Amino acid sequence: MVPPPEEMLSAGYALEYTYTRSVGPAIGRFLTGLRERRIEGVVGSDGRVIVPPTGYDPQTGETLENFVEVGSAGVVTTWAWVSEPRSNQPLQHPFAWALIKLDGADTALLHAVDAGDESRMSTGMRVRARWREETTGHIRDLACFEPEAA
Amino acid sequence: MRDVAVVSFAQAPNVRNAGAMNEVEILMPVVAQALEKSTLTLQEIGFTCSGSSDYLAGAPFSFVMAIDAIGAWPPISESHVEMDGAWALYEAWVKIQHGAADSALVYSFGKSSPGQIRDVLALQLDPYYMAPLWPDSVSLAALQARALLESSAYGEKDLAEVAARSRRNAQSNPKAQLAGDFDLAALLAEPYLVSPLRKHDCPPITDGASAVVLAAGDLARRICERPAWIRGIDHRIEPHALGVRDLTRSPSTELAGEKAGAAQGPLDLAELHAPFTHQELILRDALGLKEGVEINPSGGALAANPVMAAGLARIGEAASRILSGSANRALAHATSGPCLQQNLVCVLEGE
Repeated sequence: MVPPPEEMLSAGYALEYTYTRSVGPAIGRFLTGLRERRIEGVVGSDGRVIVPPTGYDPQTGETLENFVEVGSAGVVTTWAWVSEPRSNQPLQHPFAWALIKLDGADTALLHAVDAGDESRMSTGMRVRARWREETTGHIRDLACFEPEAA
Repeated sequence: MRDVAVVSFAQAPNVRNAGAMNEVEILMPVVAQALEKSTLTLQEIGFTCSGSSDYLAGAPFSFVMAIDAIGAWPPISESHVEMDGAWALYEAWVKIQHGAADSALVYSFGKSSPGQIRDVLALQLDPYYMAPLWPDSVSLAALQARALLESSAYGEKDLAEVAARSRRNAQSNPKAQLAGDFDLAALLAEPYLVSPLRKHDCPPITDGASAVVLAAGDLARRICERPAWIRGIDHRIEPHALGVRDLTRSPSTELAGEKAGAAQGPLDLAELHAPFTHQELILRDALGLKEGVEINPSGGALAANPVMAAGLARIGEAASRILSGSANRALAHATSGPCLQQNLVCVLEGE
């Protein structure tokens, strides 16, 4: 006998990976910086400033701990124009993905650039961070970057 | 070092959507065919290793189900890598080198059709700095393509030529998904998908599977008329962060090619796992391939890209030309990760 609906037990089910991860000293420091609208990198074994920072040197594997603040503006080193953004991407109108070498950094950060039109994009152009109104310690505290030239 | 050879290769037809056929159903005839060609039965195989990704099926440990395609009773010695099957082949090769087996069955499969492969591949990225932005696989390749185009003599026409040649070659591959004669000017007149890449610069979305049988020394000679001996095999990886790498080069391919001895003799052909047109140019330069080396006679990943099986298929395609006697020395390459992050090179020779 099937009981009437009001007597049936039910429970919600969300299909998800419910892991909690600790971000550690390098990534944690970077994300905490973002919450305070500050971008930090780390000095690598060869003296290069790596942004975003890694806990270990990408070439030598040495532990890295010398954190330095870098600028929130920089130069586009390569870019790709997205005319049809996908639903989970940072901007929902045409935008550019770019690798951005921030002032004071020697490596580039991946993010979106809100340039309006492809003709405004070029390698070597300067862009600056656009912060979200509310920052939480997440890469998307950087809403995107935008061209420095108005 | 023990002599180890590829003695057989089989692959499923590469299709856009295998529909209701599940992974086991795609794999079963492929594994059966590879075993039949090798003359070995599953119980005679010393070690079995597979490569696939649970992210394609969207279910943890989905690879375990695939074992139904081979049958595991009485018990077999088995392993799996969450990587392209080329790396499963590497594990099997190491196992044979250890003396733990004299033969191995290697298989891999990928059914990309149920999901959005461009988004699924974003999940292989750094989970803090990159994945939360959801940069899709085509966009990341486009960043690399522009870096190459702006720093080299290569132009968009060179990219289109790679696409046209790949799909022309694929006309002689009955298992290819995309084949035909394409006019360069017409290709270049097409709109960008993610600038500077057009649709023809990108791989098709493919469901497929591959299987290879390896055998050592005298066993290989006994069961195979002309084994494709693995003379060198090596794989190397580059840093995770794209902004740390020089995307216009492939130092990991250079090193793997050197360690595998790619330049120690003339090559008849190279099967390169380059899902995007510009990546073939980067790989050709990294391996120092000379004029006269036939590139991707099968059509390569631009003609069929079963994710997780496309790298193993490169080894199988290269080996099959040695097995048939149409080539004597061939290079096979497999890649993994965004923008050619990790690369494997395998050098094969006839006797």
